[in-house]
Amino acid sequence: MKKLLSLLIASTLIIGSLTACSGGQDKPSTGNGDAKEVKIGINYELTGDVASYGNASVDGILMAFDEINAAGGINGMQIVPVKIDNKSDSAEATSVATRLMTQEGVVASLGPATSGNFMATIPVAMGSKIPVISASATADKGVTTDDKGNVNDFVFRLCFNDSFQGVTMANFASGNLSAKKAVIIKDNSSDYGKGLAENFRATFEAAGGTIVAEEGYVGKDKDFNAILTKIKGQEFDVIFIPGYYQEAGLIIKQARDLGIKAPVLGADGFDSPVLLELAGPEALNDVYFSNHYSSLDQDPKVQDFIAAYKAKNNVDPNAFNALGYDLGQYIADAIKRANSTDPVAIKDALADTKGFAGVTGTFDMGEDHNPIKSAVVIGLENGVQKTSVKVDPK
Amino acid sequence: MRVLSKKNIITLLLIVAVFAVVQVLISVKIINSFYEITLATICINIILAVSLNLVTGFTGQFSLGHAGFMSIGAYVCALISMNTDSTLGFIFGILAGAVAAAIVGVIIGIPTLRLKGDYLAIATLGMAEIIRVLFLNMEITNGAAGLSGIPRNTNWTWLFIFLMATIILINNFIRSSHGRACISIREDEIAAESMGVNTTKYKVMAFALGAFFAGIAGGLYASYFYFIKPNVFGFMKSVDVLVIVVLGGLGSISGSVIAAILLAVLTTFLQQFTEIRMIIYALLLVAIMLFRPQGLLGTKEITDMFKSNKNTEKIE
Repeated sequence: MKKLLSLLIASTLIIGSLTACSGGQDKPSTGNGDAKEVKIGINYELTGDVASYGNASVDGILMAFDEINAAGGINGMQIVPVKIDNKSDSAEATSVATRLMTQEGVVASLGPATSGNFMATIPVAMGSKIPVISASATADKGVTTDDKGNVNDFVFRLCFNDSFQGVTMANFASGNLSAKKAVIIKDNSSDYGKGLAENFRATFEAAGGTIVAEEGYVGKDKDFNAILTKIKGQEFDVIFIPGYYQEAGLIIKQARDLGIKAPVLGADGFDSPVLLELAGPEALNDVYFSNHYSSLDQDPKVQDFIAAYKAKNNVDPNAFNALGYDLGQYIADAIKRANSTDPVAIKDALADTKGFAGVTGTFDMGEDHNPIKSAVVIGLENGVQKTSVKVDPK
Repeated sequence: MRVLSKKNIITLLLIVAVFAVVQVLISVKIINSFYEITLATICINIILAVSLNLVTGFTGQFSLGHAGFMSIGAYVCALISMNTDSTLGFIFGILAGAVAAAIVGVIIGIPTLRLKGDYLAIATLGMAEIIRVLFLNMEITNGAAGLSGIPRNTNWTWLFIFLMATIILINNFIRSSHGRACISIREDEIAAESMGVNTTKYKVMAFALGAFFAGIAGGLYASYFYFIKPNVFGFMKSVDVLVIVVLGGLGSISGSVIAAILLAVLTTFLQQFTEIRMIIYALLLVAIMLFRPQGLLGTKEITDMFKSNKNTEKIE
């Protein structure tokens, strides 16, 4: 009898909760009661695999916030950054986003830096109706639009996506370098590498070029001599390496050691001082990669940023620093224009951005929450940035 | 009827009470959606740790491939529930994922479980890497970008149901004659064999059962955290689970439960100390292992403590 009773209680509870729990999202508590300060969440990879991206972005964001606060804040409100580490882990990114939006009462959340971790925060943002913005989530699919192509209202980014970079580099190869035959050595373990390779191939072939070989490697590989010896016997004008600097640096060094002299092309994954450390200055000639900004740009905005960053940190800023800085300025600008700390009003202001002039270029926010901005193709000579060409979106 | 014994009724009432208390706390928002994530992490980690404990703690087979089985469950459940977004699809997805993981467990277990100690650890590690690289290169799993937009069907009720099912089933398995055979393998494989225990059979059985529940944990993970990618289930995930098992005590189910709760609470608490959190976390682990090398509970269960009152205070 007792068992029957407890079973009855158990089953009622279970059925009750199964029906009640399905729609349980908390209301966001945007607690900016005194209106003297505004809280902005920073959900970044400060430790773990991609910590260098996260830390670089956060440096830029905090620099922007410091400047804004020193100049009197946004409409008199001081920005209070709430910085939490997500350990480069996607589940932790979800947890941090939830914490920022339901516990800390932020009006908007910045980051994470990488696409996967950023995607993990999107459902939280959509549920809490608080905007999330990434400066460097470049994945083509699943970021600002869902898999059916609908725009995620509360999700923004201020970088171009991977396919744009693949297209840019292919146009650069066939246009500026007049290349007819190309070899692709792609990072098979990242979607970034695969996406870039796909778009490069399509654009390059459409322009009348041929891809004579497409080789693949996996992240953390060290020895690429097998691949390089294989392609050495073939005839080609350029090598395209869609991947990150750890492997690209080694590939370039080993290729040059084998006597492969063809120009090497890459994308923003090349942008790190580590590339120079791994490949050495002699190997880094005739190397071109697309990036978000170039320190060679003589625009006073860019030069001022570089000078200020150097004064503060004693090193040249990289693209992640610049993107982070723009991200900080962009959210502040949106809050100012919204003239409100209501996340929905901020979201509308973010979407309604026209002619925002940042270090990484001037852009309008597009319909699909991707910025319409240009890329820069940087040329290296003895490991130093020597040339930069601006490529506008079509 | 033994099923209706006083002990079982008390256990059942206790389970229902725990469930009801947490459910009430959630509905009055004392446990808000942030703490709910911690709660989900705890439940998933307990399922992982208890199932790994069956393999490593009770059967004595050192496995470093638990994340591999978890990923099978996660991907199968994610793909099924993305195609049929309903409670039925979710349940079917979890069970299908668990069965798939168990089948892979048997296939991998038969050749590798002839190895011992370090060799087995390396073989299972390699197995988990193979699974990860497969998911990395398959079209249907969307490669390295992972699957996003998985519908969230997991809630406290489902977590609790699967958690309790795991604990009760594994607990009963260990107390069955099969379980005793597994423990005898851990204690002395040669002696067990000479007593007529078919060691390979029982090792594969424990391995497959562990894989089954790891698959369930993976399914729950996928449908709670919206997003999975192959790198989530890397080597470090297996190590995280192993840390829980060793910390709680090899061969103690309640030890795994306590250690999983402890570590999850610790991680959540340390989230605010961004720069030094991993140092504190590691230092605490070192300290605990120095002072209790056998793990928090050793091979004892929490229920054993109540029988001899001497030890109760020490643990509390």
